[in-house]
Amino acid sequence: MNLSQHSKGRPYAKFASSCFAVLCGFCTVLSVSVLVLLLWNVCSYGWSSLSWDFLTSWPSRFADKSGIWSALIGSLYLIGVTAAVSVPIGVGAAIYLEEYAPPSRWRTLVQINIANLAGVPSIVYGILGLGLFVRMMQLNRSVIAGGLTLTLVVLPIVILSAQESLRAVPSTIRQASYALGATRWQTIWHQLLPVALPGIMTGVILSLSRALGEAAPLVAIGAATYVRFTPSNLFTDEFSALPIQIFNWTDQPQKGFHEVAAAGIIVLLIVLISMNALAVILRQRFSKKIRW
Amino acid sequence: MPSLSATETLIASSGRRSFRAVFEIILHSVLLLCAVVSIITTVGIVLVLLIESLQFFRDVSVWEFLTGTKWSPLLKPQHFGILPLFCGTFLVAAGSAVVAIPIGLGTAVFLSEYASPLIRDIVKPLLEVLAGIPSVVYGYLAVVFVSPIIKSLFASAELFNAANACIVVGFMILPTIISLSEDVLRSVPRSLREAAYALGATKLDVTVGVVVPAAMSGIMASFLLAIARAVGETMAVTLAAGATPKLTLNPLESIQTMTAYIVQVSQGDTPAGTLEYRTIFAVGLTLFIFTLLLNVIAQWILSRVREKYE
Repeated sequence: MNLSQHSKGRPYAKFASSCFAVLCGFCTVLSVSVLVLLLWNVCSYGWSSLSWDFLTSWPSRFADKSGIWSALIGSLYLIGVTAAVSVPIGVGAAIYLEEYAPPSRWRTLVQINIANLAGVPSIVYGILGLGLFVRMMQLNRSVIAGGLTLTLVVLPIVILSAQESLRAVPSTIRQASYALGATRWQTIWHQLLPVALPGIMTGVILSLSRALGEAAPLVAIGAATYVRFTPSNLFTDEFSALPIQIFNWTDQPQKGFHEVAAAGIIVLLIVLISMNALAVILRQRFSKKIRW
Repeated sequence: MPSLSATETLIASSGRRSFRAVFEIILHSVLLLCAVVSIITTVGIVLVLLIESLQFFRDVSVWEFLTGTKWSPLLKPQHFGILPLFCGTFLVAAGSAVVAIPIGLGTAVFLSEYASPLIRDIVKPLLEVLAGIPSVVYGYLAVVFVSPIIKSLFASAELFNAANACIVVGFMILPTIISLSEDVLRSVPRSLREAAYALGATKLDVTVGVVVPAAMSGIMASFLLAIARAVGETMAVTLAAGATPKLTLNPLESIQTMTAYIVQVSQGDTPAGTLEYRTIFAVGLTLFIFTLLLNVIAQWILSRVREKYE
């Protein structure tokens, strides 16, 4: 009796509730369809331009003769430099913060600082790179200057993800190791790192895939958009990179260049998605293996 | 058992203990140095931006910079009022928030309150992929896909306009809003929901009346973080919004944001040391302060949310 009166007072309550559910579901479909739309658009525009010649040609003033060889190699070098610098420093900082630094004001300061660095727009890192590496250190617009700038962009993400993986190792493992007389570094090297490594690797791969797609910091340090050679000296030679090349082509008014840009995006996305897939596989394989 | 053998060697070679102690100290300092790099980065950003900006403010007064309504450092007569760039940035940030907040919040509510585990397992990786797509790709989408649509809907629209940028930047910040909001929605205790159901509330009542208000501060933080991203967003905005610094709130006009201006100068051959060159540091400093503020507020809210439910 009471219940029926209640529903009489709000005759549309159930209907409204269902409508809301449908509305929220619609939002979800919309969010996912952005991805579908993007992939479909890029593929339908760029598929015809994609060929072996496209991969191995230099960029050109003519859209149909343009290729991405120099950008592809440039990106490869950049990621190499970024990985070589950001992984040791990032993992080292994470180990310091998780295993060495006692909870103190100093640690809190570093931690807050890293969280804020993660939110700094990448173009600001580009300006820092311009002032610090290109001008002050006289590295000019070289691969090293670009790689170091990208290192600064991804370093906070590498540190944060590595910290998370280290934190996920149960503290009983540490205590057992210390109880057996192991030193701090022995505990880290023999116990923590082997267990945390898959997680750290996942974070590193995701950070590097972010670096691979960054164009803004490279544009800010003055990376060239039209390069018809591959860098032979990392410290002096100019370079191009995939996202810069795509930016440049998209910026052209001619339709032909948009098609080439789409083909470039397909190449970039294939690389990025395979890196992501690798990260997912790593995460799943190793999370199953280890049981406490 | 590596730790056992390590201990054994330690005991066996107690004469090498001092060597180990030294080794530990060296390692400690090397790792400390790694952590200090992050501090140096911050100091570096502040110093580089400040030094060049101070030089800039010798020639242009801070007052003129902050209140001038005309921005044309690359053309004669030069004007150095940042308000048009600020206005462009604001327009893009606000517009992308209007696009992303309703869709993002709806998706977050759906994933946390309605979706079955299977649907969540399908949708969440897709959104992760979306989050990993570089901004230059969104710029491409704006030029090739969004711009023609807007042009056909509004005849008065310029080819590159703020609305283009708002839409694609809105897409870009969607994953940020969804994943953070979903996290806080899910962390709302089950007991709150069950109490509301026990009082005869419908699912709508529970979601809108109980769960969302309980998670409100966290949701706000996700909005702020997303807006901070929109403010700092560069390549998509450069490609989509044009390059006309203008004091307007009409989304159909061509505008320029702070980030796009930095790109414009970087692409030209402005020689180092000139006033024009220094403008990018002054604009960069403004951008840095602005995004830092948004981030600090968002982090502060999030840390309070964590205390609340943990």
